[in-house]
Amino acid sequence: MDQIPILKVHDALLVSIQVDMHDRLAMQLQDDLTTRITETHARGVLIDISSLDVVDSFIGRMLGNIAAVSRILDAVTVVVGMQPAVAITLVELGLQLEGVRTALNVERGLALLNELLLVRDGVDGIPAR
Amino acid sequence: MARSTGSKIAPTVREQESDILQDWLRSQLAAVRSRSGAISDEALRDDSRRFLSRFSQALGRDGADDGLAAAWDETRAMLGELSRSRAVQGFSPAETASFVFSLKRPLFEQLSRAHGTDARALSDDIWRVTELLDGFGLYTIETFQKSREEIIARQQQEMLELSTPVTQIWDGILAVPLIGTLDSARTQVVMENLLTAIVQNEAVIAIIDITGVPTVDTLVAQHLLRTVSAARLMGAECIISGIRPQIAQTIVHLGVDLGDIETKATLADALRLGLARRGLVVTQRHAAGPAPVTTAAAAS
Repeated sequence: MDQIPILKVHDALLVSIQVDMHDRLAMQLQDDLTTRITETHARGVLIDISSLDVVDSFIGRMLGNIAAVSRILDAVTVVVGMQPAVAITLVELGLQLEGVRTALNVERGLALLNELLLVRDGVDGIPAR
Repeated sequence: MARSTGSKIAPTVREQESDILQDWLRSQLAAVRSRSGAISDEALRDDSRRFLSRFSQALGRDGADDGLAAAWDETRAMLGELSRSRAVQGFSPAETASFVFSLKRPLFEQLSRAHGTDARALSDDIWRVTELLDGFGLYTIETFQKSREEIIARQQQEMLELSTPVTQIWDGILAVPLIGTLDSARTQVVMENLLTAIVQNEAVIAIIDITGVPTVDTLVAQHLLRTVSAARLMGAECIISGIRPQIAQTIVHLGVDLGDIETKATLADALRLGLARRGLVVTQRHAAGPAPVTTAAAAS
């Protein structure tokens, strides 16, 4: 069965969705990601959905859920690389992904993540883990 | 027609072609004052001559009785072209069709001269010519209408495309000057164009300028909010500019909630905000130079 790899980069987790997202996969991703956040003490999550060209309300809500769960676990979520068609679909579905930060590509997303963490934790605010 | 017994249409037209043309032109030029379209007398003469010569040739062929027959293909093609060009020149349908109908009088006069006292044969011929010319007249109107509709459809398409340009005004800053009323179809086009441009230009800020939007009601506001949300999902921030005083009042009166979207009065203000967000400042190079040059430099 497919599994979406979760890569650890410094204190952030990088998830790149390269396959067609179906509901089971999304559920599994949510489970895996929350587990990995607690395991690795990650402070940020970057989800790259540039290869995702079809999205439904379930997947849309899942992205929101992942962000909400991550926030509870003290990690900031940034969704990057959303396709125009996907953005339009999500807006049509009424899913504005409130509370999810977005960026155009992975590069920008990492920059945004660093910026957000700097604001949140300060330069010396890295907790000893 | 030439084969019909007792018919003198074909020989009459062939022999009296120049006389008919003279009479026809005279009546057409007499009506010239009331024409709304612009066409020179020379062009009118040329059109008339070409039509009459094709008409005369086709009369001599097989199946000339039927205006839809192959014998008339050339004539119909010429009429179609003429009617299309007149539609573009701004003629009314009646004026275009009367080009054909005005041929009746000179033609009937020649026919009555040819038939002399044979009233029966004359009325038969007149009936045939009337049927033919009426068919052609209706054909010109039909073609006229069709070309008008083509023009309208093309213009609609052009307007849709023209009215939704997305331009890059700085590195990573896009401007979307909206002109005209925002309906669902327009919003869709604007949204698609904007999101595509965001990807292409790697933009982080999009300025939506609504100076050209005549009215903003709850529906238009909703469309704007949707566009802003979609851009935000792509990682770009939107600034709405060009909100005129009356529109600002309308928005408040309607109770439209623009949420936390940045709004600015003018495009210049929005650009200033956009530059600031990108960490750019605009400075003057020479304090008292004759021609001030503005440049942007990184703030750091």
